[in-house]
Amino acid sequence: MQAKVQTQTKPILRGAVRASLKALTTELRKNYMLYIMVLPGILYFLIFRYGPMYGAIIAFKDYHIQEGILGSPWANPWYKHFKTIFESTYFFNILTNTILISIYKLVFGLPAAIIMALLLNEARITWFKRTVQTVTYLPHFLSWVVVYGIAQAVLSPSGGLVNKALVALGMNPVDFIASPQWFRTVIVASDIWKDIGWGAIIFLAALTGISPHLYEAAAVDGASRLQRIWYVTIPGIMPVVVLVALLNIGNLLNAGFEQIFIFYSPSVYSVGDIIDTWVYRQGIVGFQYSVAAAVGLFKGVVGFILIFGTNWLSKKYTGSGIW
Amino acid sequence: MALYRSMGRSEKLWDAGVYLLLTLSAIVVIVPIWYVLMISITPFEVWARTGGTLLPHPSEITFEAYKQLLSSWRLPRAFQVSVFITVFGTLLNLIFTTMMAYPLSKKNFRLRNPILLFILFTLLFNGGLVPTYIVVRNLGLIDSYLALILPGLISGFNVLIMKAFFQNIPDELEEAAKIDGASDFQVLWHIILPLSKPILATIGLFYAVGHWNSFFDAILYIRSADKQPLQVVLREILAAGNLTNYVPVEHETMPTESLRMAAVVISTIPVLIVYPFLQRHFTAGVLLGSIKE
Repeated sequence: MQAKVQTQTKPILRGAVRASLKALTTELRKNYMLYIMVLPGILYFLIFRYGPMYGAIIAFKDYHIQEGILGSPWANPWYKHFKTIFESTYFFNILTNTILISIYKLVFGLPAAIIMALLLNEARITWFKRTVQTVTYLPHFLSWVVVYGIAQAVLSPSGGLVNKALVALGMNPVDFIASPQWFRTVIVASDIWKDIGWGAIIFLAALTGISPHLYEAAAVDGASRLQRIWYVTIPGIMPVVVLVALLNIGNLLNAGFEQIFIFYSPSVYSVGDIIDTWVYRQGIVGFQYSVAAAVGLFKGVVGFILIFGTNWLSKKYTGSGIW
Repeated sequence: MALYRSMGRSEKLWDAGVYLLLTLSAIVVIVPIWYVLMISITPFEVWARTGGTLLPHPSEITFEAYKQLLSSWRLPRAFQVSVFITVFGTLLNLIFTTMMAYPLSKKNFRLRNPILLFILFTLLFNGGLVPTYIVVRNLGLIDSYLALILPGLISGFNVLIMKAFFQNIPDELEEAAKIDGASDFQVLWHIILPLSKPILATIGLFYAVGHWNSFFDAILYIRSADKQPLQVVLREILAAGNLTNYVPVEHETMPTESLRMAAVVISTIPVLIVYPFLQRHFTAGVLLGSIKE
């Protein structure tokens, strides 16, 4: 019996190979157009998304432009650039700035968006609600450069609205955007200003999913509107709140590159220089490609771990995650 | 009865609070934008006297700042570049996103799951700024408009959104066309795309706003002044000590602040024009739901 099976294996294998080859050719003949359609996309992702992942090996090399990625010699020791980074006190300075700005944005921005959604949900007059939505969603579509211009109009020491108010109250004007004491506040506040309405959309969508029967039952039991929000609405949107918080934690090392790059200046580097801005200055402007790539790789790996970690935690404790 | 009345009063108070806070939040958004507009039309004498007001006297406004900015080459040229990048870039974005999303929407497409994983991974991990820059430079794209279009040609998220939309189109329509001898490409062109106008409009508008607002790509890849897009030139205008490079001569007839804010307004107008269309497609919640699925 045993021997019989063995002698049969070879022809069966050969047959299987032939069958799968045949299946492949029929699949290709049948769907060749689908393959043609998907090909440019594959090439794009290979070149512009996976190409840089391969290029990230320069973090372990002494990269020189002339020698290229392959030709440049390996760093000695291989962790040389990582050692440079972790031994520099400035790296911990920018890491702290990055994490702090991210956390401030999450801690102040998320509740702001939730409250915005709750308020919009409480407003019964449709035209009023629509108008407020139209107005508060708008800044999301403005560029950070435009928002920087608007911030100048509001905060500049010469003619800025806030400073005019300060002067009227007998105080001295403050150059908020260029002041290390105020810079992070400016970043977080302008971020909330830009995206509070947009951030509320996802919670509004979650709110419409809450069954009206729950509200009716709560009203019959004599719950006030605040109680209804506390006991029905908030638990109802909690899964979405967790989801959004998770996405934000996964992005902990992205403190908002473009925004900070546009707003910051050397006078606020001590509080506003973040990983990305530093990578740009060292790598692209200062030609320290390998060190900058090492920092970028560190950031990418930590981000990857964070998003997997938070997703795992979420699945474990809430039963649902980002995917 | 007493209880009922007191509840009515607290309900009214609650409503008042809700409307008050919402009105306040709308004001906080509107007032800075309004003030930008007002500064842009403030002439020198008024600026010297008041430093900008929220309600200038109608006899004391001037559009001189706009005239000056538009009669120099810098801002109009940058505007042109941005229009070109936005139109051409969005077109390419849509073509290539659609071509990638359609095969992935078909359940009988063998490579569907491997390719989806291939895309998903890029959403979670990227090589970083410097390696991306090296790729673009090695391709010889520095100082070329293509550097502003190719690196962001296809958004993985948008592929997933579009794929989900295509999947919701009933299979029977495609099968009927297939029986009539239509190729996959013909099915996509004649059957799927006409039914997908809403999603094409949504994704196209988001790509377009992205191009219009994009700033950092040009900082990285564009060297020549005459190829710089609007956001880069606007940032220069906002940060420059004096604006002699951006207005013809005699710029001292307008305060620097007015010129800056006029440039902000000029850069924002196209976004304001498409905003009503964008608003019709505010379905971010729905979009996110379809990604999760």
